[in-house]
Amino acid sequence: MNPVLLIDFGSTYTKVTAVDLDAPRLLGTSNSYTTVQTDINNGLAAALEKLEQTTGRLDFSARYACSSAAGGLRMLASGLVPELTAEAAKTASLGAGAKVLKTYAFKLNEDDAEEIKRLDPDIFLLCGGTDGGNTETVIHNAKVLAYVGGNYPIIYAGNRNASRECARILEGREVHIVENVMPAFGKLNIEPTQKQIRDVFLARIVQAKGLTEASELISGIMMPTPSAVMAAMKLLAEGTKTQTGIGDLVAVDVGGATTDIYSVCEGLPDDPRTSLKGLPEPYIKRTVEGDIGMRYSIRGIVDAAGLERIAKIAGVSEDQATETIDLFATKTDTLPFDATSQAVDEALASMAVRVAVKRHAGRLEELFGLGGLKLVQSGKNLVNVDKLIVTGGSLIHTEHTGRIASYGFYDGEEDPESLRPKQADVLVDRKYIIAAMGLLSEHHPDAALKIMKQELVKDDTAK
Amino acid sequence: MEKAKKTLVIGVIGADVHAVGNQILYHAFTDAGFNVINLGVMVSQEEFIAAAIETNADAIIVSSLYGQGELDCRGLREKCDEAGLENILLYVGGNIVIGKQPFDEVEKRFKAMGFDRSFPPGTPPEVDIEALKEDLHVED
Ligand code: B12
Repeated sequence: MNPVLLIDFGSTYTKVTAVDLDAPRLLGTSNSYTTVQTDINNGLAAALEKLEQTTGRLDFSARYACSSAAGGLRMLASGLVPELTAEAAKTASLGAGAKVLKTYAFKLNEDDAEEIKRLDPDIFLLCGGTDGGNTETVIHNAKVLAYVGGNYPIIYAGNRNASRECARILEGREVHIVENVMPAFGKLNIEPTQKQIRDVFLARIVQAKGLTEASELISGIMMPTPSAVMAAMKLLAEGTKTQTGIGDLVAVDVGGATTDIYSVCEGLPDDPRTSLKGLPEPYIKRTVEGDIGMRYSIRGIVDAAGLERIAKIAGVSEDQATETIDLFATKTDTLPFDATSQAVDEALASMAVRVAVKRHAGRLEELFGLGGLKLVQSGKNLVNVDKLIVTGGSLIHTEHTGRIASYGFYDGEEDPESLRPKQADVLVDRKYIIAAMGLLSEHHPDAALKIMKQELVKDDTAK
Repeated sequence: MEKAKKTLVIGVIGADVHAVGNQILYHAFTDAGFNVINLGVMVSQEEFIAAAIETNADAIIVSSLYGQGELDCRGLREKCDEAGLENILLYVGGNIVIGKQPFDEVEKRFKAMGFDRSFPPGTPPEVDIEALKEDLHVED
């Protein structure tokens, strides 16, 4: 036996997963409260103790960790035009596993300056202008950042013609200059920025977040938890040299505060005559719905889906639904405790899936104009994706996962333009191991993939 | 160092799908030494503007072939002003109106809409390039 420990320092829970690389198989999982305030090792020790009660003592040959503790990797980003460099900056940050507090476009004003000071991010991503294009705005924004002050590092990924000048303006600050997120019009180049975000995370953030105490125990790899999830999903889709993957997929993680959606696929149109609108889409895309979550962002679900619909799906009266929702919103650690609260929780989860997948998926417009029909696609085409991976408390602790997940599918007349999956196998992360497998995949992709194939179970209760 | 190239944003406006002329213009302008951002066909006013801001373009060259040019071009200058592109050069050409109308009148109407120059059907790219060089002060 060759046991390896995977640790996820979450905002609330520290989750531990033990695997045996020799088999390879899952040995066990467990969790305990995260203890960033005191010493992060306390929570880890407690989780480990619980784990070893079921697995017996384990002599780990390696320990790897990811973290979203202490607010996660909190980023601000700025660009020039909202749908161009500002969007590219946001896409890059989300794809690097960050929590994007806000994305600014055009010139930062005094209100923005105050807000930036107040938000005090872990990293600021400064973009704007294609190479050789506009320099005025990014230079202005560098001046605003210099004026605002602060200790957080700034990553510059804007017009290369302004990089040195911006670095001079920000002298005395930690500034990292990388390739432009949009070097030419409509061209996305987010990898250099993402690599830099990860380097800064390792060098600085891990330390600042009080995670270094734990790092003695950890053999290596620290990454933001969403990056670990992305790594796992990429591996699951693509496979390794010796094992096939399961192909294109969409993954849904419904959390308490946000709902994250990942897609691994090209997402190109079915009909080659379709014209594409908007930025090119990344092959692995992550979007985060900050207003869609099962507890802290429960109001956002109600706003987006409507109380009537939630009550109807739950099969309860609107008053009953309201009562439960109020309880979940105020006492955020409440788990469903009776039939009504369980039904409402599931209805909310269904709507969270629907809204978040809908926002992640692209759209196909049919324009009837002079000369006939014209198809225009914006965003990613997920219609043919036939695997939907689901995780998150409300989805994995119920027997009705498939039914809830099926709200992510295309629903015809209700929203005909949406390019959501038509029909997909629902694979459930019952033991909450996806982030752990992403960590494991860095050094042991074959074991990580094998274990995911064993543990992600198909749910046939889809409607 | 090479002298900075002037940047042009080109495209066919509105729901217009005539793609051939656009390709010809792209090659002609590129060969003439311009940095060309080609948005292709079916380009909205907003897309012209977004591209011009981000690339710090010197001119927007609008094509319209299918007869709806006047409708499609309306308000573009005002939106440019709004977006901070006050001094950007605006050209339009192709078959910008329906049927055969006296071009001096057409030109007047497009001038009033804020287009610096408009060109009658069949204008070869060379004429356009000459005008651009003059307006953007490009020396050969
Ligand atoms: C091929 C063609 C089509 C094809 C286009 C295929 C494609 N994807 O490219 C199809 C069949 C789809 C089509 C459809 C239609 N078409 Co058509 N089409 C033509 C045709 C026969 C040739 C166009 C072409 O490629 N020309 C060759 C290129 C090189 O020339 P060009 O496009 O004019 O571009 C040059 C110049 O105009 C100039 N130029 C262009 N932009 C600019 C800008 C500036 C600033 C300057 C200086 C110069 C400039 O430089 C270009 C390069 O040399 C023309 C007639 C003709 N002979 O021109 C009609 C024509 C353009 N179409 C016409 C019409 C009406 C239509 C339809 C509305 C028909 C209908 N009722 O369905 C639809 C509209 C579809 C749409 N939504 O756009 C009319 C337009 C009439 C008008 N403006 O008053 C024309 C003129 C035919 C006619 N005589 O009636 N069409």
